[in-house]
Amino acid sequence: MDNIFSIAAFYLLGLVILGSAILVVMLKNLVHCVLWLAVTFIAVAGLYMLLDADFLAMVQILVYAGAVCIMMVFAVMLTQRKDMKSSSLFNAQFRSAGLVAFLTAALSAYLAMRTAWTSTVMPVPPRTAEAIATLMLTKYVVPFEVAALLLLVALIGAIILAKEVKADD
Amino acid sequence: MVEFSMTHAWLVPLLPFLAFAVIVFLTRPWKMLSALVSVGAMAAGFVISAYAAYGVFTSHSLIEKSLEYSVRWFSMPGLNIDVGVKLDPTSAMMLFMVTLVASLIQIYSIGYMRGEKGFSTFFAYMSLFGASMLLLVISSNLLEMFVAWEGVGLCSYLLIGFYNHKISAREAAKKAFVTCRIADFGLLLGMLALQIIFGTLNITELGEKIANFELYTNAATLTLVAVLVFLGPIGKSGQFPLHVWLPDAMEGPTPVSALIHAATMVVAGVYLVGRMLFMFLEVPEAQQLVAVTGAFTALFAASIALTQREIKRILAYSTISQLGYMMLALGVGSLTASMFHLWTHAFFKALMFLAAGSVLTALHHKADIWEMGGLIKKMPVTGATFAVGGLAIAGIPPFAGFWSKDEILSLTLSGGHPVLFFMAALTAFLTAFYMWRLIFLAFFGKEKPENHPQESPPVMTVPLLILAFLSLVGGLVGTPWFPFWGEWIRFGEFHHAAPDYTVMILSVILGVIGIGLAYKMYVKDVSAEQRLAERFRPVYTLLYNKYYIDEIYMWFNHTLVDGAAKAMYLFDIYVVDGIFINGIGAITRDTGSALRVFQTGRLQNYALVFFLGVLAVAVILAITGPAPAGLVWGGVR
Amino acid sequence: MINSLSLSIGITHFLVLSSLLFGIGLFGALAKRNAVMVLICIELMLNAVNINLVAFNKFVTPLAFIGQIWAIFVITVAAAEVGVGLAIIIAIYRNRLSVELDDFDWLKW
Repeated sequence: MDNIFSIAAFYLLGLVILGSAILVVMLKNLVHCVLWLAVTFIAVAGLYMLLDADFLAMVQILVYAGAVCIMMVFAVMLTQRKDMKSSSLFNAQFRSAGLVAFLTAALSAYLAMRTAWTSTVMPVPPRTAEAIATLMLTKYVVPFEVAALLLLVALIGAIILAKEVKADD
Repeated sequence: MVEFSMTHAWLVPLLPFLAFAVIVFLTRPWKMLSALVSVGAMAAGFVISAYAAYGVFTSHSLIEKSLEYSVRWFSMPGLNIDVGVKLDPTSAMMLFMVTLVASLIQIYSIGYMRGEKGFSTFFAYMSLFGASMLLLVISSNLLEMFVAWEGVGLCSYLLIGFYNHKISAREAAKKAFVTCRIADFGLLLGMLALQIIFGTLNITELGEKIANFELYTNAATLTLVAVLVFLGPIGKSGQFPLHVWLPDAMEGPTPVSALIHAATMVVAGVYLVGRMLFMFLEVPEAQQLVAVTGAFTALFAASIALTQREIKRILAYSTISQLGYMMLALGVGSLTASMFHLWTHAFFKALMFLAAGSVLTALHHKADIWEMGGLIKKMPVTGATFAVGGLAIAGIPPFAGFWSKDEILSLTLSGGHPVLFFMAALTAFLTAFYMWRLIFLAFFGKEKPENHPQESPPVMTVPLLILAFLSLVGGLVGTPWFPFWGEWIRFGEFHHAAPDYTVMILSVILGVIGIGLAYKMYVKDVSAEQRLAERFRPVYTLLYNKYYIDEIYMWFNHTLVDGAAKAMYLFDIYVVDGIFINGIGAITRDTGSALRVFQTGRLQNYALVFFLGVLAVAVILAITGPAPAGLVWGGVR
Repeated sequence: MINSLSLSIGITHFLVLSSLLFGIGLFGALAKRNAVMVLICIELMLNAVNINLVAFNKFVTPLAFIGQIWAIFVITVAAAEVGVGLAIIIAIYRNRLSVELDDFDWLKW
């Protein structure tokens, strides 16, 4: 990944991802947080494109930037009753939490840099959707079906949990 | 019918057991019906037993090789236990005797127990006892026999404590149970050793293997095993020093004393030793122990009986003494003489107990023989039958006791045990004396005006008459001139010994002197005992207090056992409870309350600490080993 | 080590980026009061992991597609988690009329 556009794209996307993620965490209005979250997701999708994972990038946009963000907005709508301007505040332990988060990220980054990765020069095949589909229905068919089942269970569970409780129950 | 009875001998114990179940679950509210069920089952058992005995005593092959059949009870690798029936002349005789005596005593009980609370329960227990005793008799396997052995022990416990509103009855029941328990522990150990050494508990197989016991073990071990097995009979048959429960067992109803504590259960120990005689014959030391225990118990109990005042207590010591005779016979190696005395003793001792019960009913349970007197005028049947029993136990020919006691005496002498013979002969004299002391005091002499005795109803006197008849003729099956008994019930070869007139005359003379002395002391000169007691005060007191055996046991319990218990109690309170239990509890509680503040209940707090832990682990891994750190963080290095 | 952070973009760049994103998400998850925000931050952390996986796929095993397949499963699980998580939040809200995590200390004795 030596060409100048890729390099520029990586730094640009990295900047957008980290910047919007920081905004997600720091902003006080929950709705704004969700909006910036969508920006983060889309930027991550761009990063996937850079990594030759075009199918995954589409999934990312559909599932995260689409479904998950909409779900969050619904949750905000169903739960927030108070002042929206201060709906996303820090708790009392935010200093120690910041320290722990920083140390975790630092250690992780340090170890990532220290480790000598054996990378290959082989390119990713251009048509990833086809390859993923083949693998999903052959080698990974059991996890695939289990994942389907998991989604079904989650669907039912969510319905039961969120259902209105009847008064006489 | 004979064939059927022999191949279905298991019905004999089963029928009383069914009667027990029927009484307990169905007929308990109807007293008479319960009694009839119980008596009927026992009588049916008697009929089967009689046919089976007829079959056994007409087929000579069964003397050497018993009729056995069994089903598998349980099995696991290296351990196969069967339950089965072992039918040979000995067990057939026992079946016949037990069912006969039990039937008579149960019929008697209908009269004796009339109007008592728990009438049906009494018959249920009696049936259960019959079932256990009969199972014990026909068992082909020691474990099966042990189950029945414990069954009769349980019934003995229940029936001694039948009048459970009385403290003394409850205490006596406990004493009997605990004493037998100690003995049974030895028996159980012995059985385990037999199973481990010989790999079987089947009596017949054990007999074959023990005949060549050198292939399995040495003589010392087998002696130890034999002594352990003998512990069980010491307890069950009331041999010294575990005889203490038997006199106290007289707290039970009199039919129970007659059936369980005279005629059947207490001879189970003798029967077990008889069954295992092949083992005792292999190890002379153990056999010697049996003989000495028997002879000593016989003399010891007879001497106690001299001074006792309660009618049933005298009979109880007499039973212990006679059981000693049986053990002595086994100890000198004669199954024949032992079983013969068992047979005759069952009749005359049951007879005397039932007669005593009749007296007690008439006198409203006044038991002191010095307060009786002249009863024979008002109770002729009871008195006469008791006298028959007295003649039988004193060894006056032709009554049953004479033949069996004579055989034991002559075998002891010819077996080369002069000391034991002397003890046994002295016991014979004492027996005649104390038994006739009882009879003269209770039935003859002056009538006491405060007593208003009445003869018992026929339901009680008819069994007495039948037993008196059996006490008269029961010994004729084994006289020296007609040795039918010795030919059939024996271990090893049959020796027909010529009648030993010296011993015979000696034993008659001893019996007659004993009776005569009793007559002189208790009819002619009533104050003679008083004077003798004054003269030999220490001896008299010692005998009257039963050699203080109970007191010694109580002292032992109170000082040693209670002392040890006290020490353990303190250890338990201060060390186990104090340090271990409460100490651990206190440490846990204090640590808990100290750590309670860390339990904030906030999820994010926990997650924070959790990630601190993750950090710590990652740092440790990164520092200590590149390989694990690589695995955790890098995957490929 | 610093050499690997040269002008040419390699796997290390992506891993560092994902570490930073993970740290931001972790901070939010530990420090935000609102339960919905905690869920959002968990999504950020999952995205960081996915970046890792896809980067591995590209630079280590480009032909086996293990990384991308894993990433798809992670997205699946994340979707399920969001659904159930939000349902739980709604259920709790219905009981307590609050989504402030400071109000929930039921884990305490």
